[in-house]
Amino acid sequence: MGSTLAEKIIAEHVGRDVAPGEIVVTGVDVTALQDGTGPLALQQLEELDMVRAVNPGRTILFMDHAAPSPRKELSNAHQVLRSFARATGAVASDINEGVCHQRLVESYASPGDILIGADSHTCTSGALAAFATGMGSTDVAIGIATGRTWLKVPETLRVVVSGEFSQGVCAKDLMLHLIGELGADGATYMAMEFTGPAVERMNMSERFTLANMAVEAGGKTGLFAADATTRAYLEEQGRGEDYRQLGPDPDAAYTLTLNVDVDGLEPTVAAPHTVDNTMTAAAAAGRQVQQVFIGSCTNGRIEDLRIAASILRGRERHPHTRLIVTPASRRVYLQAAAEGLLKDFVEAGAIVTGTGCGACVGVHGGVLGDGEVCVSTQNRNFHGRMGNVKSYIYLASPATAAATAIAGEIVDPREGYLEPQG
Amino acid sequence: MIFEGKAHKYGRDVDTDVIIPARCLVTTDPDELASHCMEDMDDEFIRRVKQGDIIVAGENFGCGSSREQAPLAIKATGIACVVASSFARIFYRNAINIGLPILVCAGVAAEAGTGDSIRVDLDRGEVTNLTRDKVYQADPFPGFMQEIVTAGGLMSHVKRKLGQ
Repeated sequence: MGSTLAEKIIAEHVGRDVAPGEIVVTGVDVTALQDGTGPLALQQLEELDMVRAVNPGRTILFMDHAAPSPRKELSNAHQVLRSFARATGAVASDINEGVCHQRLVESYASPGDILIGADSHTCTSGALAAFATGMGSTDVAIGIATGRTWLKVPETLRVVVSGEFSQGVCAKDLMLHLIGELGADGATYMAMEFTGPAVERMNMSERFTLANMAVEAGGKTGLFAADATTRAYLEEQGRGEDYRQLGPDPDAAYTLTLNVDVDGLEPTVAAPHTVDNTMTAAAAAGRQVQQVFIGSCTNGRIEDLRIAASILRGRERHPHTRLIVTPASRRVYLQAAAEGLLKDFVEAGAIVTGTGCGACVGVHGGVLGDGEVCVSTQNRNFHGRMGNVKSYIYLASPATAAATAIAGEIVDPREGYLEPQG
Repeated sequence: MIFEGKAHKYGRDVDTDVIIPARCLVTTDPDELASHCMEDMDDEFIRRVKQGDIIVAGENFGCGSSREQAPLAIKATGIACVVASSFARIFYRNAINIGLPILVCAGVAAEAGTGDSIRVDLDRGEVTNLTRDKVYQADPFPGFMQEIVTAGGLMSHVKRKLGQ
């Protein structure tokens, strides 16, 4: 019997066939920490007298959750990461570089890798056919110091996507819809594997959006086969040599297969306070919104900014609705500047912040006030996520978010916002 | 290991943002973390909780962020054990790694109330609601994880292995 993508990658690492449910100890290729989870991990390594990185060039310490730091405790946390990098040769990705998951796909993750990161959205790199999964500080600390980790070989949930997205509908709408169907724990402990004709046509940015939110259904990672699109993406990032074709065997065994047809899929939102509380944008329409956030590891890429800018160009934000745009990485920022998108945003009344996690983590860059409603392109709308338990977060696509900023209330972007202005 | 304490009962999808909000992740001091544990969902929790108490919850406990400060904060409040219908996977690993006993046991949460006296027998995987006089059987701990727990967490486990 053949292997799923997850089984294949783990088997390559342990040098024998593996079956779901089995616990294996395996080598890891890339390890990552961020400024929220990193200090705890590094502190433990110090206590154990294990301040070392066995693979320093593939050990990356990201300063992205508080970038630039809004308070001295977090500035001190950054010092811990920088000093570990100096001591071990690990890579310090400083506050100007961007969100860890975006930086990992741009420069570090490759098909067939096992990548562990102390951040739940580490699953994003699964779109490059890497077994990428989030763990806690201790797990990743051990991975950094020993180059090894333990894994339970997951069962695989296959998602077969067919059909064509209609105009104004995109991968984010699909993923919100899927999580609504599966529930917030529908894929717990499982790898999700995305396939089908609609997936083959998707660009990498859309694939990253799907992989990124696998964890919101409980998934361990969100995997895609490496194909010509993957190769073109890696070449664009200047590392075409990292490409290799990799996919599941045709006779792989899946625990569950879900067929989704995106024909007729509508712009979708997740209403407060859980990601699986989904409905169409039309059903949520009319809800007044005080802040719109476009950014994050889910939807802060150049393709997302292009969609948002195409709607905002020549239009203005509603006077009661603040608009914050946060490019996901330095590369994205420079590209958006070169294409004139930053000008479009500022002219439409947005504030464009520096790169990083921004408002999504609720410590700076757009903390909500009491009773306020935010429409965000991020991946989580939990109680208090954006820094205030008395606020409400709706998750949406870049198109829905941009149209909402103009309308001042939740709207379906197809209601007159997709036609270019000016 | 046997624990006996009062239940603090919660529903499903208790996420790590409510267990310990991101704004509190400016410290790694367990006591400081504990002082904010669950405050966004239940600001009485920290006043009510006593050493040895037990959290009883529904499905998907600990979903969301990978922050290990979540089980650390719970442990530092004095909670002896979390019994839930199911756990999100990163939280599950984290709890074992830092030595917070957890048990998957469907059914307990459905019938328990806050303040019930609960006894957990970790070795036998048995949960008893003493107040309601009911016994539940939990899923057994996989052997590999039992080893980590017995060693007192992943760090000590690895140190022991490296020392061999």
